[in-house]
Amino acid sequence: MKKIMIALAGQPNVGKSSLVNAISDAHLKVGNFSGVTVDKTEVEFVYHDPKRDADYEIHIIDLPGAYSLTDYTIEEKVTKQFLRNDDYDIIVNVVDATNLQRNLLLTTQLMETGRKMIVVLNMMDEAQKEGIEIDAEQLARILGVPVIKASAAQGEGIDALKSAMVEVYEKPQTTAKVIYSDVIEEEITRIVAFLEEKHYRSPIPYRQLAVRLLQEDTDWYKRMHDEPIWIEILPILREGLQHIYLHSETKDLDAIFADEHFAFAKGAKMEVMALHSMRAQNPTQKIDKLLINKFLGIPLFLFFMWALFQLTFTIGAVPMDWIDAGFGWLGEQAHAVLGDGILGQVVADGIIAGVGAVVMFLPNILILFLGIALLETTGYMARVAFLLDGFFHKFGLHGKSFIPLVTGFGCTVPAYMAARTLKNERERLITLFILGFMSCGARLPIYVLFAGAFFGQDQAGNILFLIYISGALLGLVMAKMLKTFVFKGEEEPFVMEMPKYRWPSWRLIWHTVYGQALSYLKKAGTFILAASILVWFASNYPKSDTIASTYAAKIEHASTPEQKQRLQNERTSAQLEQSYLGRIGKATEPFFAPLGFDWRMSVALEAGLTAKEVVVSTLGVLYAQGDSADEQNGGLIAALRSNISLPAAIAFIVFVMIYLPCFAASAVFTREAGGWKYLVYLFFFTTGTAWVMALLAYHITRVIVGG
Amino acid sequence: MVLSQLHKGDTAEIVKLKADKILRDRFASFGILPGEQVVIHECSLAKQTIEVEVGRSTIALRKEEADKIEVEAT
Ligand SMILES: Nc1nc2c(ncn2[C@@H]2O[C@H](COP(=O)(O)OP(=O)(O)OP(=O)(O)O)[C@@H](O)[C@H]2O)c(=O)[nH]1
Ligand SMILES: [Mg+2]
Repeated sequence: MKKIMIALAGQPNVGKSSLVNAISDAHLKVGNFSGVTVDKTEVEFVYHDPKRDADYEIHIIDLPGAYSLTDYTIEEKVTKQFLRNDDYDIIVNVVDATNLQRNLLLTTQLMETGRKMIVVLNMMDEAQKEGIEIDAEQLARILGVPVIKASAAQGEGIDALKSAMVEVYEKPQTTAKVIYSDVIEEEITRIVAFLEEKHYRSPIPYRQLAVRLLQEDTDWYKRMHDEPIWIEILPILREGLQHIYLHSETKDLDAIFADEHFAFAKGAKMEVMALHSMRAQNPTQKIDKLLINKFLGIPLFLFFMWALFQLTFTIGAVPMDWIDAGFGWLGEQAHAVLGDGILGQVVADGIIAGVGAVVMFLPNILILFLGIALLETTGYMARVAFLLDGFFHKFGLHGKSFIPLVTGFGCTVPAYMAARTLKNERERLITLFILGFMSCGARLPIYVLFAGAFFGQDQAGNILFLIYISGALLGLVMAKMLKTFVFKGEEEPFVMEMPKYRWPSWRLIWHTVYGQALSYLKKAGTFILAASILVWFASNYPKSDTIASTYAAKIEHASTPEQKQRLQNERTSAQLEQSYLGRIGKATEPFFAPLGFDWRMSVALEAGLTAKEVVVSTLGVLYAQGDSADEQNGGLIAALRSNISLPAAIAFIVFVMIYLPCFAASAVFTREAGGWKYLVYLFFFTTGTAWVMALLAYHITRVIVGG
Repeated sequence: MVLSQLHKGDTAEIVKLKADKILRDRFASFGILPGEQVVIHECSLAKQTIEVEVGRSTIALRKEEADKIEVEAT
């Protein structure tokens, strides 16, 4: 079977990843803003070509979008380097048919690489709606490469694209060529003629080599420098360049060729595109009148966020109760079936209590992810970046930082990656450092749990909103501090494309949410389950015989049932405290004591360094071995309420908000920031801030409520 | 006149870019080039950030960047 390597390139947000999803059965991340894909991703599938009756193994490499082949942002560097240095057969250049001229600019640059190429006119459905008609055949003639009309959203043109890939692969190199102005063409002809005369052995076509030389391409100058032909070609080049300079205002070759590309793109567009309806009512502009309005924009955004958290809490609370009750019942059944021995305890008080405490929050998580998915796919994300840029700017951040920050509300891991869209290294580092302040989805269960336990049902949604907002604000303040004291320097210019508003594809949203649900449950069923068992054992062993026998004797002599109960509880507590986990907790308690945390909370926080869900499952396990009978009925929420004071609870929330994200995120942070030393900084930075802020929260609340 | 001096709803033609090479490249790849028409869609409060339409794209710029785009009102 023949293998075809395809490099998928194009400007950002033109639907490259959507196209890959439509061609294969992949589920690459798609979103309606520039910079969704930040790293190259390979997808492969087998295609049976009916014409040749042969199978082909097609590998598509989805590259990050690039406005041009310069090294502007990290992800554009990835694309440029791949296109230059990697091994592939064909470039498939995806073009937004509704924005032909600007997209063709990149096309001309891609054509200059001299590779085999196919141009895909994507978004034809939108083009039609906007009354844009494109003569694809004419465009193919002008560019010298096949042009295929497609719509990734509606699955049109996909088969044509697949067979074009095979066609182009099997055929010899076609003559893709950018036509330059007469002056430059003249010089190209001159150089080509000379190369022909000399029968020069060139790995690339003469025309292309001539263009490279006229562009003063460093690589090619270096390569030809040591060859005898160099001394002969040099005068020709020098004269040619002089000639070109004579006809333009500048001697900046980059600028000269940029103008050439622009003229070519514009010319090609004029020739192949017709605009039928006069720019009919563009809904985007209408919606923007409201959403980015000077006065209404920011209040509306805050309202949407508030509504999201209200929904997260209120809608999430309904199935949450069922799930909670379900797991409670399951625990009882486990005790009934397996008995009160070790097995029954591990299953009921370890696994079911721990996993149940995490699964309970699945509905909340899903609503949050639904909200983020809507933000990402409708086109609102870029608007918020626009609205917040002025504000962010004051704190030393870039408006574009908003994109990783929002991603961070879902999960910190992809958020660290998303920061690659920031060009300026310092702004990117600042963003990386404060990303942890954006509470990720995994912290949501902790907040929901505590908000539900300590503030009534009607207030909990507001509290959630408050937690997220204050986390974000704190992040901004920290950004300002980092900017002032650590990462001083130049700022990145803010030039950002605003995509059109698009209806989200429900299939896509469903996939995102379903995928999140699945991975959450998978985590609960594996990692959290293992952690729960571990926590159970560490909190039950070693068993102290002395405690057992002293209490056994005391309980024997107890006169009333109440006294007996009290003694039993005391025994449980005593046993817990001298267990492995208890010892760890006790050892670290002094560090947390000023914040009002008992050893259980300390242990939960420490366990949470692995993954934030573990905080809840650990609390679940520790309090399931509860202190008194009535708490067992009220579940975890009641257990927390009777064991933790309000100031300590608030301090706990604050600590969780700020301290180090999970293992996985820390690893990605280290990679993206570029070294272990940054992780060490991050650890001290976040832990220190968390401790101080929690301390403040604890004392302020104590003053207010008088606890 | 520079782009940042225009108001919401104004239309103008780009005359010259006074940016350094990197920014000029970026402008060019967004279609912000001499001879092109721009329409101002919205300015944020205090005119910190500006949304413009160039060609068929909508682009947000900061005042600092808009200062570097010389225009002629049409
Ligand atoms: N109407 C319509 N929308 C499309 C089409 N193809 C993609 N989209 C939408 O365009 C947006 C961008 O799609 P992506 O596939 O993420 O674009 P991309 O080129 O991979 O973007 P980057 O990874 O940021 O470079 C999404 O909102 C898609 O739903 C299409 O053919 N028609
Ligand atoms: Mg993509």
